[in-house]
Amino acid sequence: MKVSAYTDAPARRFSVGERVRVKRSFPPGHRRTPHYIRGKHGVVERVCGAFPNPEELAYGFDGEPKRVLYRVRFRQKDVWSDYAGPERDWLEIEIYEHWLEKA
Amino acid sequence: MSHDHHDHDHPKAHGRDFDEGPPSEYEIMSRAMQELLEAKGVVSAEQIRRRMEQFEADFPHRGAKVIAHAWTDAAFRKRLLEDGKAACAEFGVDLEADRLIAVENTPEVHNIVVCTLCSCYPRALLGMPPTWYKSENYRKRVVREPRAVLREFGTVIPEDVTVRVHDSNADMRYVVVPMRPAGTEGWSEEKLARIITRDSLVGVTIPKP
Repeated sequence: MKVSAYTDAPARRFSVGERVRVKRSFPPGHRRTPHYIRGKHGVVERVCGAFPNPEELAYGFDGEPKRVLYRVRFRQKDVWSDYAGPERDWLEIEIYEHWLEKA
Repeated sequence: MSHDHHDHDHPKAHGRDFDEGPPSEYEIMSRAMQELLEAKGVVSAEQIRRRMEQFEADFPHRGAKVIAHAWTDAAFRKRLLEDGKAACAEFGVDLEADRLIAVENTPEVHNIVVCTLCSCYPRALLGMPPTWYKSENYRKRVVREPRAVLREFGTVIPEDVTVRVHDSNADMRYVVVPMRPAGTEGWSEEKLARIITRDSLVGVTIPKP
């Protein structure tokens, strides 16, 4: 596998610029989707590539099948309704494909 | 050496302030493992201490050198922004398993990095993360009130500049490429590297000549 921040993942559901929503779901176990971002709407900023699934790795499994990882950009005002800064402020975070749905 | 991934598995162990309260389960396990390795003669306490000292002594300098080079060589800067890991490798910095995303400060955008889940940090480039980076206070607040946190570091970002927060919560690592300050024209890379502090590469400060 090409070791780069820009490894593409040919088989993926979302593209750069696409609007997405983080699933509002609270399953038990090791998750790498912080609570504060669940249920929020954003836009795919870049595709990071496919990585072993951390939710499996955490329990000693091999992380297969790999999951496509995206960086998603959110307007801070969409993340925090009481955000004190200007409209132009963003937050970007890495989200695995199985945590995203079309918005 | 992939400390970051260890953090991934046990965010709670790193989530509290340090040296407060009784040791966590993971600290006890880690201590027990080290004692066993020492008892079996695999490693000595002196070797571990020296390795930690070396980590702290060697690595912070590398981030400053890489960014100073990016300030003086536009082609290198472009490669760094396109693929941080490959650019660091050509500069002799091996990031091992980490993928690196370099994010560029401009007159319109100021970048700042956090890991809200644990303490993911580009250690091979910047060394050991500072205590404040691992604190709950920084991790919780910088995503929801970044401008207030920046002010506490003495950094005031004008309202017409976007503050772009990066939550380094999964497989990527981040380094901020600050703007080269006015008044540094003609400086050597070595001299430039001296004003590129660790904190400016996390995005909580801005380099000053």
